[in-house]
Amino acid sequence: MPVKVVIPTPLRQYTGKREFVEIPARTVGEALSGLTSQYGDLRKHLFSDDGKLRSFVNVYVNDEDIRFLQKEQTPVAEKDVISIVPSIAGGMPLRCVCS
Amino acid sequence: MAIKLTPGHLDAIRRHAAREYPNECCGILLGRADGDSKEVLEAIPLKNLRADRETAQDILPLEDPGHESERNRFLIDPREQLRVEKDARARGLEVLGYFHSHPDHPARPSIYDREHAWPWYSYIIVSVERGEPKELTSWVLAADRSRFDPEPVEMMNPSGASRI
Repeated sequence: MPVKVVIPTPLRQYTGKREFVEIPARTVGEALSGLTSQYGDLRKHLFSDDGKLRSFVNVYVNDEDIRFLQKEQTPVAEKDVISIVPSIAGGMPLRCVCS
Repeated sequence: MAIKLTPGHLDAIRRHAAREYPNECCGILLGRADGDSKEVLEAIPLKNLRADRETAQDILPLEDPGHESERNRFLIDPREQLRVEKDARARGLEVLGYFHSHPDHPARPSIYDREHAWPWYSYIIVSVERGEPKELTSWVLAADRSRFDPEPVEMMNPSGASRI
């Protein structure tokens, strides 16, 4: 049962410019591992060296954050859409509090 | 690659930065990209989720919450980002990048900015000194994540037909 994975613009350079990739999968974990087997260069952007999903990668099934579902074990079915949404964060150097 | 904006977009970014001072502001840049330039069609202010500390901490934890806050950190709500991105895609636009402010600090990316940046996106930074928006710069992460490279900011007139 293929599910659709939406690739965010900054990562499309690693999926041959594809906006969507269809992957046969029963869980989010299977979909992401299928995706990174097919497009190996994506792996370092999505997973840390120990194989965990990086903290700045958000994954949604339809409109639900998988952190509030069953994380990577979240089941998926045909017609579900998995979105990879990069966390957008930034800031300044921490201020020196010396006098 | 260069990023092209109208004076109206730049004004909207600066006004949002001044309104949010002394906090950091943030927002999203939508438009169209071709081979050698990005043309911004909309610059949309978004909420800095760092002001909502508990929610922000669940989404992207801070290492040192005693010294990090909405005064020196920004975070875009991924749910809001997803909504804006879907709406943009339905209108044939794409996310070109993001903007944020550096209150009382130069418009130069920090290490924290670099560590949290994604390739390809433009990161516009506007410096706000004592409430007054000043320098505005744009940056793109190098492919190996080692540094930010400056990106030329080009002004275009509102019709987008020619540069000014």
